[in-house]
Amino acid sequence: MSDDEPLIRWQWIADHTAELAEYTGIHLRLGLLPVLFGLIISVPLGIACHRWRWLYPPVLTVSNILYSIPSLALFMIFVRYTGLTEQTVMIPLTLYTLSVLVPNVVDGLASVPEPVRLAATAMGFGAVRRVAQVELPIAVPVVIAGVRVAAVSSISLVAVGQLIGQGGLGYYITRGLQLDFPTPIVTAILLIMLLALTTDALLVLAQRLLTPWSRNKVRSA
Amino acid sequence: MNDFLNQMELVGDWLTSSAQWHGDEGIPSRLVEHLTYSGLSLLFAALIGLAFGLLVGHTGRGAFAVASVANLARAIPTFGLVVLVVTLAGLSTTPVLVALVALAVPPILINTFEGVRGVDPATRDAARGVGMTEWEVLIRVEVPMALPLILLGLRVAAIQVVATATVAAYPGLGGLGRYIVDGLSRNDYGLVIGGSAVVVALALVVQVVFTALRRVVVSPGLRVSTAKS
Repeated sequence: MSDDEPLIRWQWIADHTAELAEYTGIHLRLGLLPVLFGLIISVPLGIACHRWRWLYPPVLTVSNILYSIPSLALFMIFVRYTGLTEQTVMIPLTLYTLSVLVPNVVDGLASVPEPVRLAATAMGFGAVRRVAQVELPIAVPVVIAGVRVAAVSSISLVAVGQLIGQGGLGYYITRGLQLDFPTPIVTAILLIMLLALTTDALLVLAQRLLTPWSRNKVRSA
Repeated sequence: MNDFLNQMELVGDWLTSSAQWHGDEGIPSRLVEHLTYSGLSLLFAALIGLAFGLLVGHTGRGAFAVASVANLARAIPTFGLVVLVVTLAGLSTTPVLVALVALAVPPILINTFEGVRGVDPATRDAARGVGMTEWEVLIRVEVPMALPLILLGLRVAAIQVVATATVAAYPGLGGLGRYIVDGLSRNDYGLVIGGSAVVVALALVVQVVFTALRRVVVSPGLRVSTAKS
């Protein structure tokens, strides 16, 4: 690479705005759908683990082992079953979110004060109604703290999916390497970080709106 | 299920073919490369992360900065960082180490900080009360009590580094990722899945080593209260 090549060539960005927007959209979908699927799986799983404690250690062990498998390797294992498609990226990312989300759901439910639980029971709430209307809402701040970690790391991991051609903005990272041209790489990194941090900020906002009573009480994990 | 067995057979064939165990392209030399990258970057990251984590945790100054750095760092796409460093600085070990260190510092830093901060203020005051200097309070009280969290941070960092060193093969470096990247470009799925299997095994070994380390170094008195990891 020549030494006078600037880190960012603005003209390139101006020329590629529409394409960049398209890939940003793809990236966001690939990064956030796994978190959504992860939530759909972990909320019932977390409730079950909270209720039947013996279930928790095995679930935790399995999700920890999954989490310690490097993303590139996990993508490759799934290539066999789902081919070079978006699922190959989204299924491993979904599995990763579980190791953050399930413990947070369980911790959130465990953080419900015993008197509150007893009060709900005394008011005639059955188990299902107590979980849905009392325990889950109280657990929301802790659950969202987990969602924040899951979302931020999921969005930044999507780029690795580029090695099987499904990386969203990661496309510009490989493109920049092929052309020996840093602008696309820098742009992609900055856009990915911007997506992750914006998502994080929106989740903080969501937590404040959803649980106005717990403002400032929960530290982010 | 049948397909899964086929896959295992591919891995088995690849692992047992004697060509895999000799020369520059063999598993042992790739593994050494991989461990060299990972080990060196983890060492540097530990020095930086522990020093700042202990400092900020003990004095309580700069807590906000630590939290912001950690959050920002999680958002950095690691794959992009490695490729960018290689594009800017050329292909050699040093730039890759820089990228890997940048990745590994935040988890070590934040966990060390949280661990030291989490020590009960009464315990800290008691230590001062029996006449310990600030330095002794840090080394003999805060560090041992923070050890479970510090080790957790080191473990997370180690696993991330081992995983990301794989990605370093993409811009043309060695390490175990070579098998995956080469296998993909040659359309040789046996090579891809074989390489993945070795990386997975390595990540699990790291996990086990840190769990064992924790058993050995954490004071028995702390085990009950920190059972959750």
